[in-house]
Amino acid sequence: MNDQTPAPDQPAPASQGLRNFNINFGPQHPAAHGVLRLILELDGEVVERVDPHVGFLHRGTEKLMESRTYLQNVPYFDRLDYCAPMNQEHAFCLAIERLLGVEVPRRGQLIRVLYAEIGRLLSHLLNVTSQAMDVGALTPPLWGYEEREKLMVFYERASGARMHANYFRPGGVARDLPDQLVEDIGAFCDPFLKVVEDLDELFIGNRIFKQRNVDIGVISLEDAWKWGFSGVMVRGSGAAWDLRKAQPYECYEEMEFDIPVGKHGDCYDRAVIRMEEMRQSTSIMKQCVEKLMRAENRGPVMAPNHKITPPSRGEMKRSMEALIHHFKLFTEGFHVPQGEVYAAVEAPKGEFGVYLVSDGGDKPYRCKIRAPGFAHLSAMDFLCKNHMLADVSAILGSLDIVFGEVDR
Amino acid sequence: MSAELEALGAKISRALPGAVTEAKVAYGELTLTVVRDRWLEVAAHLRDSPDCLFVCFIDVTAADYPQRAERFEVVAHLLSPKYNRRIRIKTPASEETPVASLVTLYPGADWFERETYDLFGVIFSGHPDLRRIMTDYGFDGHPLRKDFPMTGFVEVRYDDEQKRVVYEPVRLSQEYRNFDFLSPWEGVHYDLPGDEKASK
Repeated sequence: MNDQTPAPDQPAPASQGLRNFNINFGPQHPAAHGVLRLILELDGEVVERVDPHVGFLHRGTEKLMESRTYLQNVPYFDRLDYCAPMNQEHAFCLAIERLLGVEVPRRGQLIRVLYAEIGRLLSHLLNVTSQAMDVGALTPPLWGYEEREKLMVFYERASGARMHANYFRPGGVARDLPDQLVEDIGAFCDPFLKVVEDLDELFIGNRIFKQRNVDIGVISLEDAWKWGFSGVMVRGSGAAWDLRKAQPYECYEEMEFDIPVGKHGDCYDRAVIRMEEMRQSTSIMKQCVEKLMRAENRGPVMAPNHKITPPSRGEMKRSMEALIHHFKLFTEGFHVPQGEVYAAVEAPKGEFGVYLVSDGGDKPYRCKIRAPGFAHLSAMDFLCKNHMLADVSAILGSLDIVFGEVDR
Repeated sequence: MSAELEALGAKISRALPGAVTEAKVAYGELTLTVVRDRWLEVAAHLRDSPDCLFVCFIDVTAADYPQRAERFEVVAHLLSPKYNRRIRIKTPASEETPVASLVTLYPGADWFERETYDLFGVIFSGHPDLRRIMTDYGFDGHPLRKDFPMTGFVEVRYDDEQKRVVYEPVRLSQEYRNFDFLSPWEGVHYDLPGDEKASK
């Protein structure tokens, strides 16, 4: 795409010594979505090379996890992708459960799916609207935050925390949802669809939004697989690939929803897909709410194995056995059989995987966190090459980067 | 499912004689242990062979087992969207022995290999740009090795007199305590000192 460089009829005199221009983008740039430092090599206004420097938010999560018990490690996952905290916990819990061979009770599964979809809304609302902000629209994020606030209240009412929930636990979820909360979530869904409609009208059809996003950051499907892309990034390029359908976990099999797929693999398609996914997630939430209210789906939310899950407070007051279980669980933790598993979930940003190696002890021997954003950001150079400087922030916005998970 | 995976493992082992030392199915996942010199060849086969088509790159990482002769185990995960299958390939490595980089096959491996180099010190030969990625500029050591202490060696603070950030050795007001409960809790076997006399 060298035709974007200055017109050849006005060649610069060689004696002037044309040279490329290096600029620093970040680490404190508002469009960098956190602490990203990009070193951009520019030829005029055309980007020749992008060298992203990450690691400014590296907290050594994987190292810390090796000296803490499995239960103590769950909260670290909230702090990875802090836009959709429970989806991360989900992958870790699935990995532990697969090694332990524990089955989550039905009600626990429904609650997990409900909250995983709330997480998807939280993440997509933030991303799509801030992508609009990256290309110049200031109103969408304000509208998005209003809805996010309501969803965070649902987080708070279930777990006690607005963000760092620590709600999904190996074997189920920490506690049952009160009926009132389930009803309120149900009541949230339909008005929310209206808000999605409004957001759609506000900027998806907007001329400037289209000018800045259509045909920008195009990636073919073949390249997308090779670069380790997942989630919206491959769906934008035309693959109907969603782990919730392809390799279903929990009770996603019985949920009815569609996978939106893009045609062009550009930034615009990805934004539209995220909008549609919000509608599909709302539909899944409605199905969960309806199922949770049914009498046959009442019951425990955690596996009854008290070697792994804590006994109820009431039981602890009466039973010595329960008290011992509680004490041992929260001091020593539980032991996970030797072996290794890779468990992945369809997080809002793509495939979030946990590769867990256990040596049979009460702490993970090695836990590798495979964050979708890390793979996506590594393709920055590939995606931005020969684009204009202003497109860099549009592409970055459509990659859906959160530094909690990229830097870990 | 697992019979299918076992058949696939056997098929790959047959197609590349001598390259795969072990094909194991555990927890519904297929793991191939590969001879280090043929790491790239196996990956190329997995990507291009019509009954594998693991075109999607997922992950490269390592695990540290200091008691082994070759202490690292480099682990890669691949995904085949066509057959809806996952595979894990592993190969042993040490601090000195390089592992061939997958970047030529999967450009997405670039950062994952840089991270593995940064955190473990595994060297990938043929990698275009093997720099540190996660740790600080000028960092020394490889933090995910088992002999690297969790608390690290240096800490930083802003020095008001020098008007800059300074590095100092880590000072802990209380030493980090790694509790080992040595419990007779079910399902665990610990060798308590003196036990060998009782069992004789």
